[in-house]
Amino acid sequence: MNEILDKIKQKYSAEDVKVQRTGLAFVTVNKDVALDAVTWLRDYEGYSHFVMMSCVDWIEDGKFQLLYLLHNPVTKTDVGVKTLINRDNPAMTSGHHLWKQVWTYQRELKEAFGIDFPGSPRVDENFVVEGWVDIPHMRRDFNTKEYSEETYFPRPGRETHDPATYMREQLYPNQPVTAKRKDNDK
Amino acid sequence: MINKFLGFEPDKSKLPSATAKIGADLDLSSHKYQKIWLGPNHPGVTGNMAIELTVEGNTVVNAKTHVGYLHRGFEKLIERRLYVQGFPTSIRMCVAEPDTNEYLIATCTEQLSGYDKAVPEMAKWLRMLSLEMARLQGLLRGVPGQGGTFALGLGVQWGVYLRDLILDRFEELTGARVYHMYIIPGGVRGLLPDGFKERMEDNLMDIDDFIIRIRKLMFHNSVFKTRAKGLARITPEMVDKYGIVGTNARGCGVKRDVRKDEPYLHYDKLDFDPPTDSDGDIYARTWVRWQELIQTVDLIRQIMAKMPAKGDIKAQMPNVLHWQIPKGETYVRLESGRGEYGMYYVTDGTDKPRRVNLRGPSYTHAIALLEDLLVGADVADVHAIMVSLQTCPPEIER
Amino acid sequence: MSEKDMNYKVSQMLKRSETNVSNAKKSFVRPEDEEREVVAPDGSIMKVNPIYDYFSGKRPEEEKPKNGIVEKFLNWARAESIWVLGFGTGCGSIEIPPLVTPRFDMFRFGVQMRPTPRQSNAFIISGYLSVKTLKRVIRTYEQMPSPKYILALGSCTINGGMYYDSYSTINRLDKYIPVDVYIAGCMPRPEALLAGFMKLKELIKAGKAEKANEYARNFDEYKANQKKIIKDWNMPDYNW
Repeated sequence: MNEILDKIKQKYSAEDVKVQRTGLAFVTVNKDVALDAVTWLRDYEGYSHFVMMSCVDWIEDGKFQLLYLLHNPVTKTDVGVKTLINRDNPAMTSGHHLWKQVWTYQRELKEAFGIDFPGSPRVDENFVVEGWVDIPHMRRDFNTKEYSEETYFPRPGRETHDPATYMREQLYPNQPVTAKRKDNDK
Repeated sequence: MINKFLGFEPDKSKLPSATAKIGADLDLSSHKYQKIWLGPNHPGVTGNMAIELTVEGNTVVNAKTHVGYLHRGFEKLIERRLYVQGFPTSIRMCVAEPDTNEYLIATCTEQLSGYDKAVPEMAKWLRMLSLEMARLQGLLRGVPGQGGTFALGLGVQWGVYLRDLILDRFEELTGARVYHMYIIPGGVRGLLPDGFKERMEDNLMDIDDFIIRIRKLMFHNSVFKTRAKGLARITPEMVDKYGIVGTNARGCGVKRDVRKDEPYLHYDKLDFDPPTDSDGDIYARTWVRWQELIQTVDLIRQIMAKMPAKGDIKAQMPNVLHWQIPKGETYVRLESGRGEYGMYYVTDGTDKPRRVNLRGPSYTHAIALLEDLLVGADVADVHAIMVSLQTCPPEIER
Repeated sequence: MSEKDMNYKVSQMLKRSETNVSNAKKSFVRPEDEEREVVAPDGSIMKVNPIYDYFSGKRPEEEKPKNGIVEKFLNWARAESIWVLGFGTGCGSIEIPPLVTPRFDMFRFGVQMRPTPRQSNAFIISGYLSVKTLKRVIRTYEQMPSPKYILALGSCTINGGMYYDSYSTINRLDKYIPVDVYIAGCMPRPEALLAGFMKLKELIKAGKAEKANEYARNFDEYKANQKKIIKDWNMPDYNW
């Protein structure tokens, strides 16, 4: 495991190498060499099983973090290759030629986050939502509760409580609030 | 098939265009091809999904899977719930084996907050019992269900009845039939009730009987044999190319089982060997699943015998209302009845997760693999191919 | 086709062309469903509009009950043969197999599953409905012959359940299609489903299960609600 991490560090100048537990490590590489690193891991190091591709929205940094998670069936280890891309006009090189299922993930990410993968087959087709006209639904700035209340018809009489405040009020009604807690968004 | 008996069978590979994947070049206005929608309103489809078939006569020339009919946006909803609130939400991600989701989300939060070493022994055994029972009830639907696709409806009637008995045991153990919410962060919710092992043993004996009868019903049946042999063949080369996991990979000789490769819980203390077969067709996959049915019954017996009589079932956890997990990310996987089932979990130091992403085996099986396996198949076999890959739409779209 | 129906069809087509102009950038109509000219086998050129040509644009009509004893007899017959459409729209459909197998056998109550909407008169909405499924549910519901009944399963059809804040699932089913019986729970047990069928039978025998007529009466209201959330409305308003 450590050998491979050292090699990735040298070859692709990986940063932020973190071993999460035995047999699972995450590395961050530059956007330009991310797919090179993935291809190298697949062809030379035996990481032949493509587990998943995922995206995290770090809205405060203005970045999307893409993850390619690979598994080596011989050594039973996983390496997650992460890369950061810009949040405005996000685009990434398509990796659909590496494994057969990659284009499905790219089609989902295009719909859910709006990340473009030029050249990926059927990337513009709908994946799960049909006739969507709002901003991509998995972005952090999309407020699903607001959307739901505006679009659908909430049945009157439904009450929602913040569990912490509600339990405090119910169990200790007379006690003053000591620690100030940020309330959940209702 | 009937052509075989007539002494004439056309060599389909020599016919023009039927087996060639033309994709976008199919000209529908030529009236040579026709579009057929299989699902979502179709009793044969595994769940609420649709396949858009382009057929030439009786042969499929192009297939496209359409999902999203069950989309609820779990991954978005969990982002705005506390860790403990997200828990009952997340287990509804897949209805076929909901316990796997419980284990994944509990383990992810434990690992990221550093409580994974604190889970008591007894809880680990009970988790294993719950997971194996879930696998058993899934297989009791899945194995006879494959016969059902070739019009052997009797096995389904038996299987669903026996599955109901397992659901009764679940109800006894957890209080719920389908969504159990038994494996919680830090441990499990309850001990075994009195007399549980005896009643479970009664049911397992019924299932033993069923296993022998289903073998005669399906694997000795000439209709099943003729239709399932050689259909939708997966070769070992395809396994890594398509990311095939679980029984679909084991059916073609690639022995991959997370329980053996990276033992979680106490699977290293159990005596078992994942069954494999070499053919890779529907018959082989069903045969592997049938062997796994025997193995799961055996595993449940082993777990109940080796499990300690009593002990702590839950670690001391922080107050769930104020539970904050430091920034981190992890990926946890387990072997579900359908194959490798994993969850990518990202936290950012607040009381809610930043991102939860589920990796279901159907994500690759039902889209990339199914679309390619269907090309050249008969329309009548489409349903059988879908069921043999154990496609489960809710885990694709979440 | 009567003049009224014709006018309705034309107005709908005009409305559609208006929306097409406003949605000019993003057309939701599939390429094979687009309005176009085709060459017939004899060489003549004809215009086809698949979405409207293949279906009738006729509005649903209210059906008046028959006189006294005849209606009572019909209601008795309807109550004893509830044929359910085999369309599992959500996770509640996992409790349907136990119902059709011997343990909770529902055939003994005259309830059975049918594969097509043309043969069924009851529709189980088994749980949450995403907008994408709702579109199919509406089409399927309108294809079922009247009188037809809807059983809605689970808390998520009543008020959204645990998906109350989801962007993809609806909150109240009765705003989009009329519901006869709600069965609460997450998920409802097979016994609860059987109790729901008993309740439906009572309603039918008492002549109170008239939701198909209500749909015809408040057709415009239902359509407005449906079109509010189905942004890619590329089907006729009513089809049967």
